[in-house]
Amino acid sequence: MQKYRINPKKGLEFGLYTLGDHLPNPLTGERIPAKQRIQEIIELAQLAEQAGIDFFSVGESHQDYFATQAHSVILGAIAQATNKIKISSSSTIVSTLDPVRVYEDFATIDLISNGRAEIIAGRASRVGVFDLLGYNLRDYEELFEEKFDLLLKINEEKVVNWEGEFRASLDDAEVIPRPENGWMPIWRAVGGPPASAIKAGYAGVPMFLATLGGPAKHFKLSIDAYREAARKNGHNPDELPIATAGFFYAAETTQLAQKEYYPHINEGMKRTNGRGYPKQQFAQGADPRDVMNIGSPQEIIEKILYQYELFGHQRYIGQMDFGGVPFDKLKNNIDIIGTEILPAIRKYTKG
Amino acid sequence: MKIVGLSGSTVGSKTRTAMNYVLKKLTENYPETEVTLIDLADYDVKFSDGRNYLEYDGDTGFVARTLMEADAIIIGTPVFQASIPATLKNVFDLLPEKAFLDKVVSMFVTAGSPKHYLMVEQQLKPILSYMKAQLVQSYVFIEEKDYFRKEITNDDVLFRLDRLIEDTVVLTETYTKIREIKEAEYGF
Repeated sequence: MQKYRINPKKGLEFGLYTLGDHLPNPLTGERIPAKQRIQEIIELAQLAEQAGIDFFSVGESHQDYFATQAHSVILGAIAQATNKIKISSSSTIVSTLDPVRVYEDFATIDLISNGRAEIIAGRASRVGVFDLLGYNLRDYEELFEEKFDLLLKINEEKVVNWEGEFRASLDDAEVIPRPENGWMPIWRAVGGPPASAIKAGYAGVPMFLATLGGPAKHFKLSIDAYREAARKNGHNPDELPIATAGFFYAAETTQLAQKEYYPHINEGMKRTNGRGYPKQQFAQGADPRDVMNIGSPQEIIEKILYQYELFGHQRYIGQMDFGGVPFDKLKNNIDIIGTEILPAIRKYTKG
Repeated sequence: MKIVGLSGSTVGSKTRTAMNYVLKKLTENYPETEVTLIDLADYDVKFSDGRNYLEYDGDTGFVARTLMEADAIIIGTPVFQASIPATLKNVFDLLPEKAFLDKVVSMFVTAGSPKHYLMVEQQLKPILSYMKAQLVQSYVFIEEKDYFRKEITNDDVLFRLDRLIEDTVVLTETYTKIREIKEAEYGF
């Protein structure tokens, strides 16, 4: 775990992530300018650091209602504006980028931040980016696998020799600058069925698992499949960190938290995904066994601890800003995390 | 209430003839409903390539979005090679897995003979149920002999279609009310 800059003795890491969505607040119908949204994301990272949160990440999406297409640029700004918090992408679409450029960018962010940068690589859940950047959707799978492999190779080897289908070959190429310690954590983003978890396990790379809603036990299947695949392919699962990512929102009572966040999630998903979040399923999310961490501080603490016991993961990251949540509500959430949730989680999970 | 009439084939006239009757009656009997006809013969719909339906443009995007925004869908389909036409199946393939959640779907079928009477039960209904539609259980099966020169001449078929229209509207209203009452109970 040390290799991935994770110290299990300190307990479960807690982070925040944003997809960088840029959606109207459904309660007012107004959408803040992209400039304000980007600046608020940077400020959010600073506030998260001040509250003692371990990790902050920004996603890349090339479609309507998003503002962080150039997520690595925003992460550069966050690197400069913060001192302790780990920073990452959630996720970087390596399929449609050049892995050499991705590594150059993130190694640079790592140097700016004194060794706090990580990469989470994903395959994109939207495909508009393939048209925009000139890739063929038919290569969806192969583009990711080939480029992700190259990214990992660049991380391991100072001098790279490589040949592939989707990028010019590399002959004794030195990809510089190198990160602060010559190497940086690179995760694979995984969503949906265990099939992609198994791929991450086989490759022996740490896994970021999206857990948006439903019983926590359902996601345990992917986690077990990941560890099993790692073991079968000669990796030690005890040395591979797992992180989970999902909706988070805290308010005085669970009902108030649901009431405040539901319109944002529902309307935001309608715009970005074409379908709202069924209210019945959202209501069920209050159950302590559900993976959705929306509720009163006490209920969230109990849920996170239950998930920790079930998954044995090293990091949880929450998404609390989806769908145009006003900034004062986000600040309020960070206060609650810093004063109530973090102390409890650390107390119960530190070794 | 938004109701879409989906005529599922690019071939022939029987399905469209019946659809014309259904939509005319629907508009007459329920003038407050917003009725849209999608006859797949009028649109150039691409084959599904797995993308989110919002990311299709042109006719494909229009067809997918119109269906997703509907409260109810009345599907008219012929029987091709003992099944639904590929054009209709492709429309389902364009949509997300639970596309028909909170939607009512009703059906009528046109065919040359009664040989494939159970095609709807065995092939169309399982697809719609999987996509979470609330089904109007009774469907109308219309044969070649029920038509004369692009008009339905069998009163029994017309009566059945009238009932199909009524059931579609009443069930949509009912399910909407049930959902509203249930959602009000959640208190958020």
